[in-house]
Amino acid sequence: MNGIPLTHILFVSTALFFIGMYGLFSRRNMITMLMSIELILNSVNINFLAFNKYLYPENLDGIFFTIFIITIAAAEAAVAIAIIINLYRSHQSIDVEDAGELKF
Amino acid sequence: MSASAIIFYLIAAFILTMGILSVTSRKIFRSAIWLLFSLVGIAAFYFWMDLTFIAAVQIIIYVGGIVVLIIFSIFLTQKAGEQMPKPLRSRTLFSLLAVFFGFALTFLLIYKNTFPEISSHPFQLNVSDIGTQMLSTTEHGYVLPFEVVSMLLLAALIGCIVIAIKKESK
Repeated sequence: MNGIPLTHILFVSTALFFIGMYGLFSRRNMITMLMSIELILNSVNINFLAFNKYLYPENLDGIFFTIFIITIAAAEAAVAIAIIINLYRSHQSIDVEDAGELKF
Repeated sequence: MSASAIIFYLIAAFILTMGILSVTSRKIFRSAIWLLFSLVGIAAFYFWMDLTFIAAVQIIIYVGGIVVLIIFSIFLTQKAGEQMPKPLRSRTLFSLLAVFFGFALTFLLIYKNTFPEISSHPFQLNVSDIGTQMLSTTEHGYVLPFEVVSMLLLAALIGCIVIAIKKESK
């Protein structure tokens, strides 16, 4: 399709995944870590859609997985931000190093 | 090289550049804006793959929902203009090493792998097909995950309100 081999799309999504991993490893601010997780989820979506389109074009399963991943990512982001705001109220900081105890 | 291939490489370079800027920028608000551009690039990539419905969903939910939510939470918790502290040099070094070796391993796996025959069956995506299969109760229907996800969204909605509600000062 379009002359682009499947592996090139997979290289793009791999690179995006590891960019997100780098952000997750090196950052200590919860909001930026959440943004890295969004990048990782997006790279997974690209993989699902590319496999569906290239290898099994008669099915729609990759599309459904992508839709469900997007939905769950939205729910996860909302819950994470609620937790971050609550943490900020009690600790005045959203650095993960400052959140040392489980119960406040 | 055809025009479509050139467009693909342009979109890929755009996505990756914006992603790198997003995880390395030290101003948190700029970081969110770079993330926004990266997500728009991914939506453009879906348009390039003729997946118009998924591209629309991507723009509506990620760009219109999640990034706006992140920007609001930045305004609620951070001083947006300030620079974040520099990450420790050892942490940067070791995360770079981990990412590099992980990428090299995955790259090698993809490069050596032979995929099954690329099917020549034309791929077309009708929104009506998605709707029919999403709500069908037959073997390949997705009605059960659909209902589970609706329960999950309800639980997330109530959970967010309960977590973030302002408690009465005692």
